[in-house]
Amino acid sequence: MSEQVRSLERVRDVQPRIVREAKRNGWLRSATSSVFVRRLLVLVCLAAIWQFSAALAHNPILFPSFTETVSALAEAVWSENLLQYAFASVLVLLKGYLLGIGLALILVSFATLNNFLREALLTLTAMFNPLPAIALLPLAMLWFGLGEKSLIFVLLHSVTWPFSLATLTGFQSVPETQRLVGRNYGLRGVRYIALILVPSALPSIISGLKIGWAFAWRTLIAAELVFGVSSSSGGLGWFIFRNRNELFTDKVFAGLITVIAIGLVVEFGIFRALESSTVHRWGQQR
Amino acid sequence: MDRRAADVAARSSGGRTGLVLEAAELSLVYEREGQPVRAVEEVDFKLEAGERLVLLGPSGCGKSSILKAVAGFLQPASGHILIRGQPVTGPGPDRIVVFQEFDQLLPWKTARQNVAFPLLVAKRIGRQEAYRYADDALRKVGLSHVLDAFPHTLSGGMKQRVAIARALVTQAEILLMDEPFAALDALTRNRLQTDLLALAEELKFTLVFVTHSVEEAVLIGTRIQVLGGRPGRTVATISVDAPQLKDRTTFEFQDIVRHIHGYLQSEGTEKAA
Repeated sequence: MSEQVRSLERVRDVQPRIVREAKRNGWLRSATSSVFVRRLLVLVCLAAIWQFSAALAHNPILFPSFTETVSALAEAVWSENLLQYAFASVLVLLKGYLLGIGLALILVSFATLNNFLREALLTLTAMFNPLPAIALLPLAMLWFGLGEKSLIFVLLHSVTWPFSLATLTGFQSVPETQRLVGRNYGLRGVRYIALILVPSALPSIISGLKIGWAFAWRTLIAAELVFGVSSSSGGLGWFIFRNRNELFTDKVFAGLITVIAIGLVVEFGIFRALESSTVHRWGQQR
Repeated sequence: MDRRAADVAARSSGGRTGLVLEAAELSLVYEREGQPVRAVEEVDFKLEAGERLVLLGPSGCGKSSILKAVAGFLQPASGHILIRGQPVTGPGPDRIVVFQEFDQLLPWKTARQNVAFPLLVAKRIGRQEAYRYADDALRKVGLSHVLDAFPHTLSGGMKQRVAIARALVTQAEILLMDEPFAALDALTRNRLQTDLLALAEELKFTLVFVTHSVEEAVLIGTRIQVLGGRPGRTVATISVDAPQLKDRTTFEFQDIVRHIHGYLQSEGTEKAA
């Protein structure tokens, strides 16, 4: 009995010390507890490592430093219309992306009708998903010529198949009880898909949207890099390609940073916001 | 407001009378791993408005299959099921099911939106009105404090209460409940049984309730149909409408529970022999 009392007292003794330590580390912990601050810290560290190793290498033609890249970026934005290149790329990307998503939604809706159509779509995705969309570009250029149409065609391919696969998988994992609830209330066809299957499969659908976006972005930059100018104003890939030819390596880096920056903005500004207002809020995904 | 009051009166089950549900020589077959399994053979029952029929039996006696067939998810192999004289051809909002699984609530909707969902799907009333009905129904099951909560933040018992509210709000011809309390802890289960009984006595809805718990069957039902065997057949039909059977502590309650356990056990030895 007295043993227990003593051990309890010991516990009481320890408590204030923990509290004090927490207070001492308070500002640091609260600063790093913000996701934004943590991410910023990672970026600052990367920039520092970059700057340091560029200084070691001391070869600005092949490996410009962080500060050189930043000034090249600023110059490209002010005097070379880098933002316009970026805008042209994103515009083409959005067209292909939205068309691809729309096509996939139609295909998947048909696939929910019966087993034959589902198997047909699964076979199509199994065929086209592993095929790099960029490999279709030569063919697309034969069919549609040099220009936006060819790009949209390959973008469509890069988005439709992975997004179809993710959505179909999501539909298949909708709990049986929720399906029965939907049918119980008399839902059928498009309303059943829109009111039960889509929201229930939203975690998979959002992940499909992300994968599709990443595939489309890569495909577009690759297409612009390999085949040069694609539309009247060119694109980011074209900007990188042209500056490499002229050995403006710092501007090549500036182009790459722009590609990365757009990717980050879309990931954190759009997809994360979408997730936290839907699947996280609803407890479908942690 | 007048219209709403009239609507409630017109749709309330209290105003309904007569034969609601009839199953005759019902046999059910379902497929498991490509093999047809006979679940139920030649079961009959009739249900008047305001009656509560409990299908009681051990697991595998086909009681859930009967409920699925009444709901329209499973076509009878032979025999027929009539709702108000019309054969069941598929699922419909005149027969609302409360399932055992907690994920029957749609996770992307709040409690209020979940309850209003069947009303909005039916498209007969607007959103504001549907939410008012939903709030009324949630108050009836004692959940007026969590109207805007998403299902994942609710306990198991609260989720089942929301599901019951969602069934009540439709004013369906028949409510179908498939072991709705089986996944709850004993205390919560007792409380929900008592509350469901109170609701049933207040609203006089027509109910088919599936369970394997004898106590639950006696408490909830006005009539118990004991099923047994594989495929399941009717073993006994017992009326449990008397008020003294709605209190767990009475001698009559204990006695009839023992009596029904007898039926289930004799069924068990028969199978073993």
